[in-house]
Amino acid sequence: MTKNLRVKKSNLIDETYKVSFKFNGITYYGYKGDTLASALLANDIHLVGRSFKYHRPRGIMTAGSEEPNAIVQLHNNTSRTEPNVRATEIEIYEGLEASSQNCWPSVNFDVGGINNFLSPVLPAGFYYKTFMWPASFWEKYEYFIRKSAGLGKSPTEPDPDIYEHKYIHCDVLVIGAGVSGIVAAKTSAKNGYKTLLVDEKPYLGGSTIYQNSEHFKINNQISSSWLEKEINEIKKIENLEIKTRTSVAAYHGYNFLLARENLTDHMPLEQRKNKIRHRLLKIRAKKVITATGSLERPLIFDNNDRPGILLSSAIEKYASLYGVACGEKNVLFTNNDSAYETAISLYQKGINIEAIVDNREEIDSKLIKEIEKNNIKVYKGYTVVDTSGYKRINKVSIMQLSKDGQKVIGSKISISCDCLGISGGWTPAVHLFTQSGGKLKFRDEDQVFIPNIYPSDQISIGSCNGDFTLDEILSTVPKTLKEFLNLKKTDYEDLEIKSSFNKSKRNIWLLPSDKVIGKTKPFVDYQNDATAKDIKLALREGFRSIEHVKRYTTTGMGTDQGKLGNMHALGIIAETAGSKMGELGTTTFRPPYTPLTFGTIVGRNVGEYFDIFRKTPIHAWHIENKAEFENVGQWKRAWYYPKKGENMHDAVQRESKAARDSAGILDASTLGKIDIQGTDASEFLNRVYTNAWSKLAIGKCRYGLMLNEDGMVYDDGVTTRLDENHYIMTTTTGGAATVLGKLEDYLQTEWPELDVYLTSVTDHYATVSVCGPYSKKIVSRVIPDLDFSDENFPHMSFKDAKIGKIKCRVMRISFTGEHSYEINVQANYGKSVWEKCMEAGKEFNITPYGTETMHLLRAEKGFIIVGQDTDATMTPIDLQMDWIVSKKKYDFIGKRSLYRSDTIREDRKQLVGLLTENPNDVLEEGAQIVADMNKSPVEMLGHVTSSYYSPNLKKSIALGVVRNGKNMMGQKLIIPMEDKQINVTVADPVFLDKENKRLNA
Amino acid sequence: MFIINCPYCGEREQSEFKAGGEAHIVRPKQPTELSDDEWAEYLFMRKNIKGIQFERWVHTHGCRKWFNVVRDTSNDKIKAVYKMGEKPPTK
Repeated sequence: MTKNLRVKKSNLIDETYKVSFKFNGITYYGYKGDTLASALLANDIHLVGRSFKYHRPRGIMTAGSEEPNAIVQLHNNTSRTEPNVRATEIEIYEGLEASSQNCWPSVNFDVGGINNFLSPVLPAGFYYKTFMWPASFWEKYEYFIRKSAGLGKSPTEPDPDIYEHKYIHCDVLVIGAGVSGIVAAKTSAKNGYKTLLVDEKPYLGGSTIYQNSEHFKINNQISSSWLEKEINEIKKIENLEIKTRTSVAAYHGYNFLLARENLTDHMPLEQRKNKIRHRLLKIRAKKVITATGSLERPLIFDNNDRPGILLSSAIEKYASLYGVACGEKNVLFTNNDSAYETAISLYQKGINIEAIVDNREEIDSKLIKEIEKNNIKVYKGYTVVDTSGYKRINKVSIMQLSKDGQKVIGSKISISCDCLGISGGWTPAVHLFTQSGGKLKFRDEDQVFIPNIYPSDQISIGSCNGDFTLDEILSTVPKTLKEFLNLKKTDYEDLEIKSSFNKSKRNIWLLPSDKVIGKTKPFVDYQNDATAKDIKLALREGFRSIEHVKRYTTTGMGTDQGKLGNMHALGIIAETAGSKMGELGTTTFRPPYTPLTFGTIVGRNVGEYFDIFRKTPIHAWHIENKAEFENVGQWKRAWYYPKKGENMHDAVQRESKAARDSAGILDASTLGKIDIQGTDASEFLNRVYTNAWSKLAIGKCRYGLMLNEDGMVYDDGVTTRLDENHYIMTTTTGGAATVLGKLEDYLQTEWPELDVYLTSVTDHYATVSVCGPYSKKIVSRVIPDLDFSDENFPHMSFKDAKIGKIKCRVMRISFTGEHSYEINVQANYGKSVWEKCMEAGKEFNITPYGTETMHLLRAEKGFIIVGQDTDATMTPIDLQMDWIVSKKKYDFIGKRSLYRSDTIREDRKQLVGLLTENPNDVLEEGAQIVADMNKSPVEMLGHVTSSYYSPNLKKSIALGVVRNGKNMMGQKLIIPMEDKQINVTVADPVFLDKENKRLNA
Repeated sequence: MFIINCPYCGEREQSEFKAGGEAHIVRPKQPTELSDDEWAEYLFMRKNIKGIQFERWVHTHGCRKWFNVVRDTSNDKIKAVYKMGEKPPTK
């Protein structure tokens, strides 16, 4: 059944190296060097997929990264499966398995094809219009839409491949290795610039490398031979690095670019083991030369999307580079000379051309003359009005264009064919230029946008700059390079160039038809099935901005980002709205130029390397003792220590009870520690904390609350005065870095006159906290030389001490409400001090507890956790912590904000305690608090911020924020849950030991 | 990604820095003397200019020093960099 459409040997294809691959389950053969598309075409397969909306049969359309239709799924149902791979880019390898997407049950018989016939009821914006109502049905609609939409399947297993990131710094980056890029790279590198040349394809030379025609010559050599010699030369230049299969994805400001280097996608799977698949290059270039070429434009006419319709340049590339004929009965349709280049190539290779249809009437072109000399029929002044053939084109219908190009006249002529090449001229690939912030200008004569204002040290050369013909390129590029690179001369001053290309073009964005537009399907965006009809409808419905029309019709929103059709969309909008192309602007070109895999973006930052994590010096002990861990910022903190058979609840109840009844021990090393020194240290603390600090005696500790300038609580912690001009501040675990940053900010910018120095010492100390009635006994055994009497060492004070020879700082402070001590030692002694405490506390049932128990114990005492019981809307007054706000201090950060009209409102949300009617009901943190369930809508008064079952009080306790809660003491409120309502009473947030007796117990 | 010329360390990647909003907003010396409106002016009101903007930046992952940057927000070109306390360039 399959035909062999190989026509000749080619440099790129190794015909001695046969490769077998599967497409939709059937085995085919191609050669090393083939893309999946060229290999399929050689087997006479055009139909590769179905379109997104109408499920129309679609074929290979291009031969490059702009492909909208031929996107396939690779290695379906394996860990290496990948959707949306362009068949025109993927190189075949032994064992490659590809399948069609967006069709069910098969690409040949697709149930969704019914949409094609329903298209009159599926206009632009159909989904917006239909599925928005009634809103509650969205969930059902979504299921249906997602099922029928699928653009490929994402893998369900972890990615077995390795990816990496690499930084590259160079003097000159050249993007694109066509004739312009090769000339630029050679010129740059030979003049001493460290140069990097990248190209997305596996070979160098762009389209000139297969331009084998007497009509295009450089210094009397055929252009491809001349370029081949140049390529061989540049490969020897030392300060020139060349990377093929490398696609620049993004061009950011300051000449920072991201490129994806593809290292293994062309290899058989078994050869890829332990190799890096993609490398994300982060390139910082002093100068950038963009030589990204241009993309051929399609032509917009009824049924311009059938399999077998390709860009004319793609047909030439398949014939000349891959040695593949796309059809046996070819028709070319053009509005410019490019199709004749293709025709000459095909003719030379003995590929049959039925006819050429040209929009232009009278053209003086050497290329046309040669074609006509060979008795190929050229229909001048004609246009294609329709095509037929469901899964492969079999006929084109053509008619004569009226003088103004607005209508078709005369009678219809049918030409049978199996392949139609279309050429609407060329669009400069300005994507990267505009991504970098460059501004375009519109050139009226050939209707193209070209670079105009450069935002950084860069230049665009060759056809991406609108110089399309060989003579234009080679006369302009050397001059541009000379100026850009500050050179006296280049090697390319006196080239003799022969180019037979006639630049005339008859540009008609939407070609006229003998039918009314409503009865036609002229596709503008192939991948998203947006037609000229849809664009006109959007304009009729009032859309004017190009950005809005794009989103409403989805033009240009596929994985190809509308590389083919966007210009036509603009053209049709301009024509319909009666505005000028240049004034309309373009839609925004956004990175990436072609899609990137997630693997490329994340590189090595996967699994345990996804984020760094910090361990305390006592971490190993927690692991040995089977702790469960909790992430706090980047820290791994011991959460609880389950004994055999215990769940979290059991463990936390046991730990909490032990901490109050005997002794508990906590690793508090993660708390932020900032060393503060300088003659103005006291004054500084006065300004950053809400309470007074100047009278704090040496050797004493004080709890402080820090606000933002807007009056909202920001951080809290205990700060100790070590000496006259020396303090150690502790911050919350998560807040350490931001607090230090904020303090530095004030010191450097607002109060540079203060003599204060801040040093982060969080990692320098380990902190062991021992609490409970036996804590004094335990700690005094560990530090026998220290006098632990209440007179010498009262609550909220500090002592320098020694454990053996190890210096330590001991603070008698408490976050649990129990008598407790914190021992701070140099980090590397942390674990041994912990173990000493464990040993000394053995007979007193010393129990290690984690963060969960810590949270429970402090909640019993009504101590807040910044970030849990507060968000950025709570003032100290809202927290009922008025006692900590100094009335005497003239100023501190946030003071003025505490009596703004908004912060003095009585009905702000305030922190209160909550007790449940049934003491065994434990509230859910985050649950909403209401007073009246009958009011409609039910008014939310606040939410639960902390909630636990207290083993010491034998009841459920909770903290929450409630509007006007301060004045609601004793009042009953309701916590509505999914299946029930829980009744609660507003209570004092201090649930246990209101008199603080336990601190000295 | 910008390249920022830290006045203490020299040219570094933007990722080493953090932006700190509009520059030259001085904290009032006597906040208690201010009306709600005057205080709100200091606290909340910031310019968002298309064009030349004076900004604060800090070299977070470097010397941790704050400094000022003059940036054209329309094209991200940095026109000048100067230390805290120094007068902004007039040209």
